[in-house]
Amino acid sequence: MAAPPDPWRRLAALTPARIGLGRAGTALPTREVLALGLAHARARDAVHLPLDVAAVSARIAALGLEAAQVESAAADRSTYLRRPDLGRRLSHAARAGLAPVPCDLALVVADGLSSAAVHAQAAATIAALMPHAAAAGWSIGPVVVVTQARVALGDEIGEALRARAVAVLIGERPGLSTPDSLGIYLTHAPRVGRTDAERNCISNIQPRGLSPEQAAHRLAWLLREALRRGLSGVALKDESDLIAATAPPPVLS
Amino acid sequence: MPFAQTTGHTRWTFADLAELLAKASPPRSGDALAGLAAQSLEEHAAARMALADLPLRALLDEPVVPYEADEVTRLICDGHDAGAFAPVASMTVGDFREFLLEPSTTGETLAALAPGLTPEMAAAVSKIMRNQDLIAVARKRRVVTRFRNTLGQAGVMSVRLQPNHPTDDPAGVTAAILDGLLYGCGDAVIGINPAGDSLAALGDLVRLVDEVIRRFEIPTQGCVLGHVSSTIELIERGAPVDLVFQSIAGTEGANASFGVNLALLREGRDAALSMKRGTVGDNVMYFETGQGSALSADAHHGVDQQTLEARAYAVARAFEPLLVNTVVGFIGPEYLFDGKQIIRAGLEDHFCGKLLGAPMGCDICHTNHAEADQDDLDSLLTLLAAAGVNFVMGVPGGDDVMLGYQSTSFHDALYAREVFGLRRAPEFEAWLARMALTGADGRLAQAAAGHPLLAAF
Repeated sequence: MAAPPDPWRRLAALTPARIGLGRAGTALPTREVLALGLAHARARDAVHLPLDVAAVSARIAALGLEAAQVESAAADRSTYLRRPDLGRRLSHAARAGLAPVPCDLALVVADGLSSAAVHAQAAATIAALMPHAAAAGWSIGPVVVVTQARVALGDEIGEALRARAVAVLIGERPGLSTPDSLGIYLTHAPRVGRTDAERNCISNIQPRGLSPEQAAHRLAWLLREALRRGLSGVALKDESDLIAATAPPPVLS
Repeated sequence: MPFAQTTGHTRWTFADLAELLAKASPPRSGDALAGLAAQSLEEHAAARMALADLPLRALLDEPVVPYEADEVTRLICDGHDAGAFAPVASMTVGDFREFLLEPSTTGETLAALAPGLTPEMAAAVSKIMRNQDLIAVARKRRVVTRFRNTLGQAGVMSVRLQPNHPTDDPAGVTAAILDGLLYGCGDAVIGINPAGDSLAALGDLVRLVDEVIRRFEIPTQGCVLGHVSSTIELIERGAPVDLVFQSIAGTEGANASFGVNLALLREGRDAALSMKRGTVGDNVMYFETGQGSALSADAHHGVDQQTLEARAYAVARAFEPLLVNTVVGFIGPEYLFDGKQIIRAGLEDHFCGKLLGAPMGCDICHTNHAEADQDDLDSLLTLLAAAGVNFVMGVPGGDDVMLGYQSTSFHDALYAREVFGLRRAPEFEAWLARMALTGADGRLAQAAAGHPLLAAF
């Protein structure tokens, strides 16, 4: 006799959260304990999946953008997990190889804690951004694909490229229901030493969260305001939803 | 001032107080990352011996973060109450541990002492205390706070209902709130971490929670965990804000990385007080903290993460908060590597916060890149329930689908109540009985599909 779900189980259709699970005494039913165990195992595995740099670069190149490949100063996953400082810096070779390409926006695609998120969402999000960039007349620098990377690495890359702003598309820490969620961090006037309070974040780009189009809409709004006001971060509130998230403006041919 | 300790034939020296505290701190990855940890277990043991011999007063006389450079240090030093400190002024750190453990040292003793204690004193003594000491002393000290209900009394453990949704979808958030209420959770606060930080989205969530609370006349409070500056702006725009939230840390630099300083926190508290929405009290602030945030912001001044965490509680207590929540495993394995380190840190944070007079709760949690699992969360929940924690999190199924980490669930809170006989905030307990969500024995009743809470949706 398995413990039944709760009588309000129908509400579970409204959220990916685990509601109406039922209980055995005060505890979770056996099926839920086992389901949670499986989800945890998948999330743990996602942390250790390597980024397929070649495949991601090819999809970016197919959008007509140049893709560059670099790595952080963290040599492997185990070092990366214990040494965030190394994940925020480029390797010596990578730094030497980055020449200035002045642009309005530098895009950085980083594995972060979920390569699965980058595989699934990064190219689609950049594709959705392109019409906004074309309409606004923004120049986009080479897309830098970087492994064993943390958010702040975008500062060093943006500074080296001499970009007016940098957007880091990075795999978020895997959740139990969401092993493939992408985040975007926008920083105006990137340079080494910027703090997190100087960034704007768009999170939860994943099948049951924000779509690539919605994320691109928000990013375009934030970038426009960041360039106009000359800042990003807590002083720049995201009010993009005051403007209807309609289809992006048509590209002039 | 340098310190020295001899163990056998080895003489260990520690250049200053910060080094002594760091090397006496129980091992954790964040201190190793910062290059502050003891190089051997024997050096760690020697540092604890030297620390035990240190007069408590030395921790007052030699600030670990310079007074001139840091407004948190100035808050600590300028606010120190010498009269309250007098009863323990001549003790060493080792004496102080024994004093805390004496049965004659009661909750009242500790409450009277709190204004005389600095966070560095609390951190120092915690470093020579075992887990059982941290539990035994903390459980004596109740820190009671009030807004629409009474939190923190003896025998009470409350729950923050955390109904997060990946896109802040109103129906999804509401469904999770109902699930939590039907499981008897939500007396600490119904607190949402927003996925977006736009003012419009934050305002919508504030109104959503307010409507649920008013519609069912629930004696609890709502909070949307946006940045304090956003919440101030919402208040100016007339949104029904109960509590003002902010993440805080133990140095001026780390707070700056969160985009806050003490003046802004004062402004936030004044704005919340101006709403006059509390019915039984006016504790209007909700703070979150966590070991490692100062190092993460590169603002640690060579001080270990546990000592800096205690300094965050000195910031918190200055604003008479309703809730202070140490989010103990959220920051990741580079600061707290595994279940053992997370459990130790949770007990230290709860002890230090309570000793300083903060209404401590704990988000007992881990990320999926840490070496920890649900068994570790069960262990820390059990230990903190024994220690008298004010509140823990209630996340549906323990899986936060917005923040992507694992915390304690509504079910977990029921477990702790059952094992320790813990009750809910009295006003909320009465509401649950009135709504027939609990039976005569206080246990959860079997809610029917036609319950009024559900019929409305």
